[in-house]
Amino acid sequence: MSAPTLIPTVEVQDDFRTRAHKALGDAQLRNNFRSAMDSLMTKRAVAFSDAHEREHLRALGNAIRARALSKLPDLLEQLEQNLTRNGVKVHWAETVDEANDLVLSIIRAHEARQVIKGKSMVSEEMEMNHVLAEQGIECLESDMGEFIVQLDHEKPSHIIMPAIHKNAGQVASLFHDKLGVEYTKDVDQLIQIGRKVLRQKFFEADIGVSGVNFAVAETGTLLLVENEGNGRMSTTVPPVHIAVTGIEKVVENLRDVVPLLSLLTRSALGQPITTYVNMISGPRKAHELDGPQEVHLVLLDNGRSQAFADSELRQTLNCIRCGACMNHCPVYTRIGGHAYGEVYPGPIGKIITPHMVGLAKVPDHPSASSLCGACGEVCPVKIPIPSLLRRLREENVKAPDSPNQVMRGQGSKYSRKERFIWNAWARLNSSPALYRLFGFFATRLRNLTPSNIGPWTQNHSAPKPAARSLHDLARAHQGKQGDQ
Amino acid sequence: MSELFYNAVPNTTRVAPPLPEPRQYPSEKPARVYLFGTCVVDLFYPEAGMDAIHLLEREGIRVEYPQEQSCCGQPAYTSGYTEQARQVARSQLALFAGDFPVVVPSGSCAGMIREHYADLFKDEPATLQQVQALAARTYELAEFLLNVCKVQFKDSGEPVKVALHTSCSARREMNTHLHGRALLAQLGNVERVEHNHESECCGFGGTFSVRMPDISGAMVADKTRALKESGAHQVLSADCGCLMNINGALEKQRETLRGLHLASFLWQRTGGGQ
Repeated sequence: MSAPTLIPTVEVQDDFRTRAHKALGDAQLRNNFRSAMDSLMTKRAVAFSDAHEREHLRALGNAIRARALSKLPDLLEQLEQNLTRNGVKVHWAETVDEANDLVLSIIRAHEARQVIKGKSMVSEEMEMNHVLAEQGIECLESDMGEFIVQLDHEKPSHIIMPAIHKNAGQVASLFHDKLGVEYTKDVDQLIQIGRKVLRQKFFEADIGVSGVNFAVAETGTLLLVENEGNGRMSTTVPPVHIAVTGIEKVVENLRDVVPLLSLLTRSALGQPITTYVNMISGPRKAHELDGPQEVHLVLLDNGRSQAFADSELRQTLNCIRCGACMNHCPVYTRIGGHAYGEVYPGPIGKIITPHMVGLAKVPDHPSASSLCGACGEVCPVKIPIPSLLRRLREENVKAPDSPNQVMRGQGSKYSRKERFIWNAWARLNSSPALYRLFGFFATRLRNLTPSNIGPWTQNHSAPKPAARSLHDLARAHQGKQGDQ
Repeated sequence: MSELFYNAVPNTTRVAPPLPEPRQYPSEKPARVYLFGTCVVDLFYPEAGMDAIHLLEREGIRVEYPQEQSCCGQPAYTSGYTEQARQVARSQLALFAGDFPVVVPSGSCAGMIREHYADLFKDEPATLQQVQALAARTYELAEFLLNVCKVQFKDSGEPVKVALHTSCSARREMNTHLHGRALLAQLGNVERVEHNHESECCGFGGTFSVRMPDISGAMVADKTRALKESGAHQVLSADCGCLMNINGALEKQRETLRGLHLASFLWQRTGGGQ
């Protein structure tokens, strides 16, 4: 029983619509997501049983994040100073390529061959597994969900539960095929199998990689929450620890962490607190018996400063990565995480990915929402996700040469035809004479309504205007009343 | 929000900021109101608009229906065509200038005026003041009947089971689901049944339904299945966008179940039209 090495990540196929279409036709996948999301929604609801307390905490969470972002440059500088004082080496990366080069240079400096990784979405942004594998370095995921998707050459389908698209039977087959163990659907046994493989790897690894949940500026502390203990193992057993995180993860001080942590764990899995809360404030000191000899922090921008520059879009960076928005999203529940084709799926993915990869690469993301508002309602830091989606739609249909350049890839859905239609619509609805004429013909010619009107009649029968409009009926009614 | 970003004083956020107050309602019924009919009601559900007028008139309220009205601008706004939405919204403002309530028989359109007009005119101080005043006197129909008219309905119909679907924006922006439930609870012979995932979106979402027909179709298929399985004889909604979506899908599926506007149901159950 051993883990395969040098696992590449698979390339994403098709466009968003095609992937969504395929996912919608996959009954097993839809069932897996629906039941998992239902259970997560219930857990969150139970964890926040006092609505008043929940709303106060959300307002506080929002204010803390807004305050941290309002002084982001200063806090980052303070964070670097305090981390450096604590003995942590701080590195800055504007792009994922720069971040990977930094990680590779640390790996090379130690002539490392094996890397063990705790769960980190920023390392997914960097496609670190892939990049390291190309250099002949094994980078093994140690979070159970991440381990499962890596074993199956997949990417995470959820930011908190990477293998949520699979049920126990599918994991059983995977372990049987890839690890050569006896087939078992017993979840406890499956976890034991995974742990056994990973335990050995923790001791062999030259370098441990992790993410960061909160980087505390005042104390120079990296806070990392997890439930499996793999985060603690990855950050304490190997001689070198490299943490990777986004520049927006900084908070002012430890007091700010308390409400945010409560919001995070309750929103994510309905937990009052995670099993492990790691607070890393430097490498092993002379008198200490364990811990890494070297700790590095790579701070990654990757488009975040573009969101930061706009006061409305900046709210995207409030995110504490709890995943509640996807758990409650009727679109995510139906198409799953892979259909989005990017690192961050669901509502948060739709508003943050355009900053990372440019709107042109994900032109359909802002439109793939009914703007139902479930995401904004549950967001623990009150990101107005529906408003931001609407704003991205606006950026998406702007003329590409418009003077106000806010986003990379803006105007990717610009269409002169569509703009012409909306201009005509606006003229129709702002001119009473035209509107009256339109109403007259729509009602009188109602029987000429075509039975096939494009995408609408894919799911619906064709709508037929009423014989008389409300304008007509109300006018007649008011006339009658006037007579009385 | 921008104030929070730029003028935040250190450590002022140890204590949560106060939560918004629930909406205050006038203690007296007004003598007259405007009806903003909305474009979908106008052309596809005019009888729902008329039933709203009847319900209001029965409360002794004169209903003004400005003939020059059209649409609130929501379709363009949610599609990202903000300038076009503003043009349409602006054309409606003068039509509802009198200082009395505007009642809207469609939750999402009421929400558009109440919650989003201020965003449309945020850079025009004079107009902004005007739309804020308009927002303050705009009500969704069920909310107005319940909290301003304080109606007490007497049910005159046969026993019936109904399911209530509430538009997502109306639910989240204005608690329309609670208002609808409270009105139905006044009807003695009406049993309101819950349906599976009741608070979930029906998949309409304006232009979403034609931009993403596969996803929208999966959503409305689940919604119509849940409504059928609820055992309801009748589906009710206070939003005509949702009704058009749900009814269009039910018709395509050759089902007999249909959705009716809440206003029409309330009017029919309480002796209207007899």
